[in-house]
Amino acid sequence: MMIANMEQPVTTPESAHAADSDLIVASLEGVNKNYGDVRALRGVEFRVRAGEVVALLGPNGAGKTTAVKLLLGLMQPNSGRVRVFGGDPTNPENRRRTGAMLQVGRVPETLRVREHIDLFSSYYEKPMPSAEILAAAGLEKLSDRKFGDLSGGQRQRVLFALAICGDPDLLFLDEPTVGLDVEARRLLWDEIRRMVARGKTVLLTTHYLQEADALADRVAVINQGEIIAQGTPAEIKAKTSGKRIRCITSLSVASLRQISGVTDVKEDREAVEIHAVEAESVVRELLARDAQLSGLEITSAGLEEAFLALTQGKYAKRKSFQLNSAN
Amino acid sequence: MSTATIALTNQRIQRSPGHTATIYLKEAKYEFLKNLRLRMYTASVLSFPIMFYVLFGLVLNSKEAIGGTAVPKYLIATYGTFGVMGASLFGTAAGLASDRGLGWLQVKRASPMPPFAYFVAKVVTSMIFSTIIVLALFTLGIALGGVRMPLADFARLLGTLAAGSLPFSAMGLALGYFTGPNSAPATINLIYLPMSFCSGLWVPFMFLPKVVREIALVLPPYHLSQLALGIVGAGRHESNATHWEVLLAFTMICLGVARIGFQRDQGKMYG
Repeated sequence: MMIANMEQPVTTPESAHAADSDLIVASLEGVNKNYGDVRALRGVEFRVRAGEVVALLGPNGAGKTTAVKLLLGLMQPNSGRVRVFGGDPTNPENRRRTGAMLQVGRVPETLRVREHIDLFSSYYEKPMPSAEILAAAGLEKLSDRKFGDLSGGQRQRVLFALAICGDPDLLFLDEPTVGLDVEARRLLWDEIRRMVARGKTVLLTTHYLQEADALADRVAVINQGEIIAQGTPAEIKAKTSGKRIRCITSLSVASLRQISGVTDVKEDREAVEIHAVEAESVVRELLARDAQLSGLEITSAGLEEAFLALTQGKYAKRKSFQLNSAN
Repeated sequence: MSTATIALTNQRIQRSPGHTATIYLKEAKYEFLKNLRLRMYTASVLSFPIMFYVLFGLVLNSKEAIGGTAVPKYLIATYGTFGVMGASLFGTAAGLASDRGLGWLQVKRASPMPPFAYFVAKVVTSMIFSTIIVLALFTLGIALGGVRMPLADFARLLGTLAAGSLPFSAMGLALGYFTGPNSAPATINLIYLPMSFCSGLWVPFMFLPKVVREIALVLPPYHLSQLALGIVGAGRHESNATHWEVLLAFTMICLGVARIGFQRDQGKMYG
């Protein structure tokens, strides 16, 4: 288990809890969650402090949605502890202080936008005025439309409106911008930033590093049910700025692996693909060893390669095997 | 996990009675509007019993009688039962299976909605649609079929059929918990159409084969239709108390099954 807590050295859970108990609004403590044989979360330690925006970053199937549903009390962990506002997340009183945007397959399509908002607002003690909700979600002109007549981006904004209508202190956004075009994504980002400016605590999940970077104070990278890194967006980006070098060379794969800074080597048709923490030193070494080297290309590694870079060390072999087999 | 269950059942949100009433009313209002605007629902659930009644009760056999009761009057009881059953089964099961299977119910469960409001809204909506169907049959029967009865009998017939929505709503909730969003409508039809036939809702009971008549004795629509036929003077004169008892027992069993489904969903949720 790797707990990379950037702000402070890892202490025992009890002492950390005592020090931060008034600040932590949601936490997963040593949480395991299985679906049959599938281990969706393994020993996850994760905390959200009051007033911060935390992004849970990971590829599809990493366990992000499971973490959110546990925090919403929609399911129970197999072991470990889930706390929201210092209590059990299934406590109905907590639900008045939280709002959730989940991934939904079908929302009742024959109800109008304002009708959906009217109904959800009625559940809360002090809902935001409906004009304010419509404005915050950019839905003023769409309030009379039926949900079924909206575009994908507009539908996401309605789900966002339902999440914020109770003026919650803590907002869970599960992949809020998935399937949106660039324009719609930027609009929703602005809306999320406005909520943050009002002092809300936000936990969002995403598989875009760019999105985490744009919105979050802190990023937790999750892969295959484990938190593999936590830190500020800058720290995570520094760790994931791997490069992919592609070239045609007579050097053997084994000898390429010996070069310092190389994290992985794959043969790809006539060429080889080399993953490296940084490109310059590796390229210098390649050219020195093989004067005949040709077809040199250098690209930034994608998120998947970033996970490889992050998981170097004792998990490296297992991780690279699993990622490759998933491709 | 046991503590979580206790938390769920024992802890309630403190709300004023007025606020709680508002939530229940809005939940029911929007459930009704949602179904009213759903052409799939209104087209099949409302129009089939009415169309059948017009065709077989008013156009084809309006001058005939079944066991001394004029056909237009007799068929109000049987197509009324058929309509109530369809409105209630589709109104609860199809929506619940879809909300459960496609994530919408999770959004509602994550909100502070009182869980009971969701179910009450479905049952009340089914009852309202049942009432609409029965009133439509009354209107057609009186205007075009020469149906005449004391006002008290109309009221009793309406009350009986509207109350008869409850066992089928309970059955719909149970089905909604154990069918998927795509399989729910087919499953409902697979149960509802043969049950209607065997209970004598399409072909008058006395014309059914003997083996079918024996099967009918365990089917809830048979008992509801016999209560309704008794009011229009065409029942088989069995004990009304027995009919009500069977319907009540059936309702309790279905609610028990639905409760198992509800608790199963609280514990685990896929997706």
